[in-house]
Amino acid sequence: MPLKRKDLLGIADLSPEEINLILDTAETFRDINQRQIKKVPTLRGKTVINLFFEASTRTRTSFEIAAKRLSADAINISPSTSSVTKGETLVDTAMNLQAMAPDAIVIRHSSSGAPHQIARIVNAAVVNAGDGAHEHPTQALLDALTVRQNKGRIAGLKVAIIGDILHSRVARSNAHLLSKLGAHVVLAGPRTLLPFGLEKLIAPSEGSVTFADNINEAIAEADVVMMLRIQLERQAGGFFPSLREYSIHYGLNRRRLELAKPDVIVLHPGPINRGIEIDSDVADGPFSLILDQVASGVAVRMAVLYLLAGGG
Amino acid sequence: MTFMLLIKNGTIIDPSQSLAQTLESKQDLLIRDGRVEAIGASLEAKGAEIFDASGLIVAPGFIDLHVHLREPGFEYKETIASGARAAVAGGFTSVCCMPNTAPVNDNSSVTSFIIEQARAAKLANVFPIGAITAGSKGEQLAEIGEMKTAGIVAVSDDGKPVLDSGLMRRAMEYASDFDLPVVDHCEDCCGAEGWAMHEGEHSALMGLKGLPGAAEDLHVARDIMLAELTGARIHIAHISTARSIEMVRQAKDRGLAVTCEVTPHHFTLSDKDVYESGYDTNFKMAPPLRSPSDVEAILESLRDGTIDAIATDHAPHHANEKMLEFDRAPNGIIGLETAVSLTLDRLVHRGVITLARMVELLAVNPAKIFKLDRGTLKVGSVADVTIFDPEKRIKVDAPKFQSKSRNMPFDGWELKGAPVAAIVCGRVVWRAVKN
Repeated sequence: MPLKRKDLLGIADLSPEEINLILDTAETFRDINQRQIKKVPTLRGKTVINLFFEASTRTRTSFEIAAKRLSADAINISPSTSSVTKGETLVDTAMNLQAMAPDAIVIRHSSSGAPHQIARIVNAAVVNAGDGAHEHPTQALLDALTVRQNKGRIAGLKVAIIGDILHSRVARSNAHLLSKLGAHVVLAGPRTLLPFGLEKLIAPSEGSVTFADNINEAIAEADVVMMLRIQLERQAGGFFPSLREYSIHYGLNRRRLELAKPDVIVLHPGPINRGIEIDSDVADGPFSLILDQVASGVAVRMAVLYLLAGGG
Repeated sequence: MTFMLLIKNGTIIDPSQSLAQTLESKQDLLIRDGRVEAIGASLEAKGAEIFDASGLIVAPGFIDLHVHLREPGFEYKETIASGARAAVAGGFTSVCCMPNTAPVNDNSSVTSFIIEQARAAKLANVFPIGAITAGSKGEQLAEIGEMKTAGIVAVSDDGKPVLDSGLMRRAMEYASDFDLPVVDHCEDCCGAEGWAMHEGEHSALMGLKGLPGAAEDLHVARDIMLAELTGARIHIAHISTARSIEMVRQAKDRGLAVTCEVTPHHFTLSDKDVYESGYDTNFKMAPPLRSPSDVEAILESLRDGTIDAIATDHAPHHANEKMLEFDRAPNGIIGLETAVSLTLDRLVHRGVITLARMVELLAVNPAKIFKLDRGTLKVGSVADVTIFDPEKRIKVDAPKFQSKSRNMPFDGWELKGAPVAAIVCGRVVWRAVKN
């Protein structure tokens, strides 16, 4: 079964079947990544452009490796400034890329919705690699793959997502995806960084999305604890008084993790701020799957590129 | 030489003189030398040009209290002439233009320039609104008295809310000396600088920075208190929230001189439409499209009279400027050429308001709010007339607009009701192409 859509812009508009198709496909690619020769000819002759308006090493590298292991030609473009300061509009940029006839364009942009605007104009498959505070679908997919691999299922799990939910595309994509697959997602963090109302528009499903009153309540009996990176500039923005206070009241440490289920797993989209949102002994401890997430990332991105750009 | 225009067989609706007739009754309107000469059945006038208004509504010329004509300074978006052309093609015989040009209309020479350009265009009446503060910087009062002498009809720092309450108090007092209303864009943005849409579940889902309704409410509350303190006339521009409307209703009940306007997009669309548009920048404006429950409150207050006027906040932007990321694109949409159709389709045909109330909202009340010598067809008054067809079905076709800009979310919409002709000072300045 192919993925019957041109683009992957977000998890919000995917069906559970589509999500499972991507995850199942990723499983097969994960095996390829364990081989001696990690390259398959699936996307030979195809061109993938990684268009990163916002700095990112890991996501861009992950997409680049995914494309190359599928034998596609991968080109990285990282405009150092925004399109506005160059005097070129987003639409101009899209039309220029279109003229080069790529098969897929992977876009990271600091403005929510930028990949959607580009997708309307170009014929290539557009993959959202993170847009503003909106969505980061491949991150949620790799998180789900990691959880599924470790827990054997997603339905019925309690997943706590903790931190700056307001500005987090990772939290949004995960809330959509995990609830669609039947998990119970509990969001928590400083009240200044919680986008209340979000839960009202999550598609109805077997799962659920709720806000907890405090982070201990969110972590209690959780199967999965996902910590979000706190951006330093949020302190200057007046969302919380100091990183010190943040780490004490909203950080994940070993004592707090004891509230969770004994077989809890800890995730973080990275890069981590050690000692701020997560203590080193938790990040490096036995419950942490942070590096497994990175490995899952390549497999998921191979699956997405294959399913969108691989057809005939 | 005497010039006469005889508008035959129309249904005249003029709430300023209780002429809210049944749609069956036919009347004629005779105009002589730019003024209303007579209203009556089967009028005759030898040598008069005849306008057959059979099946059409004849009303006092529509007045838009809130437009941006962009000249001087941003002629690539709109000029006074192109804006005036868009106005008459939308059925408006008068527009009041905001001062946020470059230079800002904060002195009498800019005011005079605008009036001269409008006179040269010979289309709609253009009434300039002067800035409250020099350069609209919110620091010191502009030369309001001199601008009044040159022809302004109100003062406003539209687009740049006056946040200093002390300065606003002085502005209200000083404007009262010149019998000018203060028009305020109410947005005390509550730390939401750089907002991109209304704050609510849709902004939460879309990952866009939201402006809460409370940002408007705080500012409206302050202005009402200052109006009570100073006794000034204030007019709330583009009101958009249920709570703000409720406060205006209470202020009116207490007898304060507080009026307000609403835009067609705020009574037609909500933040849900922003979501469904998939980040279409033509859905971005200030104030942002509010929640569906705010839209309900707007419709209710259009019905009950709390909202005094419909104004477009016509805000042209070049297509290039709207081709940006949603959060970086400029605020504003054009409205002159869709306002009458949206009012008929969304309000009259859906039973929210009557045709007579529509004429109040678009002509009679706007004239009263800015004390314009317009908004009536009483014998002897200036013959500005809007003729429209409530039954005409149209499809909005942005490429054919008279405005230089195309930024609006209604392209392709099918609407029932449209303007047919605009008559300014007894002269037919625009007439719809027959189809």
